[in-house]
Amino acid sequence: MESEPKKETEVAPALIAVHPDQSSVAVAVGPHLRVFDLLAGSAASLIDDSDAVPFHKDNIRAIRFGASGKLLVSAGDDKTVKVWSTQSWRCITTVSSEKRVTAVAVSNDGTFVCFADKFGLVWVVDLDPPLRDKKPAPLLSHYCSIITSLEFSPDGRFILSADRDFKIRVTNFPNKPLNGAHQIQSFCLGHTEFVSCLAFIQSQECPQGLLVSGSGDSTVRLWDITSGALLDTCEVAIKAGLLESNGKAEEHGHAVTDLCTIQDGLLVAVAIQSLQGIVLLNCNVSAQTLSLAKVVSVAGEAFVPTCLGSSSSTGKLWMVTGVSNLPGCNNPSLARVRVISGIDVKQEPVVLEDDNIPGREKLLETLQGTASVDDNVFLAAAEAVKAAMCNLLIKKQYPSENREYRKKSRNDRKLKG
Amino acid sequence: MSETEVNPTISKSTGLPRKRFYRARAHSNPLSDSHFPVPISPSHVDYSLHYPQLFPSSGQADSSKKIQFADVGCGFGGLLISLSTLFPETLMIGMELRDKVTEYVKERILSLRVANPGKYQNVSVVRTNSMKYIPNYFEKGQLSKMFFLFPDPHFKEKNHRRRVISPFLLDEYAYVLEVELEADPVVKLLCSATEEGQKVARNGGQTFQAVFRRIAPSDQTS
Repeated sequence: MESEPKKETEVAPALIAVHPDQSSVAVAVGPHLRVFDLLAGSAASLIDDSDAVPFHKDNIRAIRFGASGKLLVSAGDDKTVKVWSTQSWRCITTVSSEKRVTAVAVSNDGTFVCFADKFGLVWVVDLDPPLRDKKPAPLLSHYCSIITSLEFSPDGRFILSADRDFKIRVTNFPNKPLNGAHQIQSFCLGHTEFVSCLAFIQSQECPQGLLVSGSGDSTVRLWDITSGALLDTCEVAIKAGLLESNGKAEEHGHAVTDLCTIQDGLLVAVAIQSLQGIVLLNCNVSAQTLSLAKVVSVAGEAFVPTCLGSSSSTGKLWMVTGVSNLPGCNNPSLARVRVISGIDVKQEPVVLEDDNIPGREKLLETLQGTASVDDNVFLAAAEAVKAAMCNLLIKKQYPSENREYRKKSRNDRKLKG
Repeated sequence: MSETEVNPTISKSTGLPRKRFYRARAHSNPLSDSHFPVPISPSHVDYSLHYPQLFPSSGQADSSKKIQFADVGCGFGGLLISLSTLFPETLMIGMELRDKVTEYVKERILSLRVANPGKYQNVSVVRTNSMKYIPNYFEKGQLSKMFFLFPDPHFKEKNHRRRVISPFLLDEYAYVLEVELEADPVVKLLCSATEEGQKVARNGGQTFQAVFRRIAPSDQTS
């Protein structure tokens, strides 16, 4: 009737994941999963001979490497979770979900894969023994809230789930997770908008890890997960010059979209909507604070990253921007990959040119789908992704004027005069 | 007070709100995005708003007294009113999703406080979706008792997710409840005495006990 046309095909942001040793890089745009094997210097051909659903039939919403890089997991709107071996690039397991999947996580030893759906349920699958089709068991639930991120703590004791109702839940990951994870350790409460991403900072001083989270409230926060205490808040959108610091930020559009820890966890790269580049934050582990280290801009092209990835020891940050199903665009799956190197407390970060990145043009051709890019298109892509995220995660405010009109069709309203 | 004379929603004789002006539909959708204010965290709960006599200033830094009883889905407040005088030293709160019904309970408490000076200062009500926001109100192990009186059974399979008691929500209730129950000898009786208690104890798993106490529904409908 009124308002926007219902999404015939949803717009999905491009995702990137980097193998812990940087031996391969994966990019997902829409239903396409593209992997480049840096050791072999060529594209990895994925093999999927599952009976039910070979490869993904709809937008992929989460990808990550797990179990020290032995596995690659992908999941999305086609309600499947696929686990790939990074040795053979074969799909070893396909798990069916009742609802669309929004986040995945792999336990540190690779025995369990957890995935979350749009209804707030988190499921767990036991990968041992390896079977083609697996039935997931319910692990925990956030009541009717979209789960945006799932993470295991570095010591494997906890599983963290972040949702659209501003909450982060820290739950003890039990020895027998197939029976459910019932013991909640803490809630990390403090964000004033949806939580979009989680990452862990690890250092010698703090082996169990400090949690950093990014949110639609344009802040990055630092937490102690054992107690749920908020240690520090960094207003990244203000620090990056995107927002004025006076008064409330009523305008949405500067949400933190992704976080990535680099350099053994002391630096955090932050992607923010509308920012053409990233913000680098420094974490002082003993003081338990976050501070702005630098804003790194990508010059020469419109590049608002939709996803970040890195392997800890290389000091390189991999970024991707792109979208699937951009209306009015010929190419249904657009992606653009850029790399920043020299991310170090001592060095100056440098945005690498295409022929200087690992894998060079061949990698770009594989992951982007094409080596050359049309600049203008990515601005529109960034806007589309921003709008999609807002629609999904920000609670709708219904105006009170046409309240009665909207309730017209309700049964108990019909009988009244 | 002069207001009660002109305000027909409050009865002239008793000073209490009249139910007929606070009628609401029996159901309110717990799945929808409601827009009532929710505290960012338990430390943001304004005790001076709920218990003005006991917490005169809102800048009361962590005082030793915290809410210990929660009535989830308190309806018209019958249970809370009875509990208030039985446990005068305990802070308690009711949680209710329906707007009008919460207003009724607020008015009821206010009128009772006026009519009985010194009493009913330990009870309050808040409009909220307890299925989503309980961790926002209570810290870990804060509550000593939670009440779930006559929750809607939602028999249909498709409505099971609307149940106030479910294996997933039990995790959250266990989180806010204090872990003291092993010592309480009554617990064993409570678990075995009621059908619902037994069923929930089975669903709940081995790490905690869910305890339900049924109080004679004397004031539920008044």
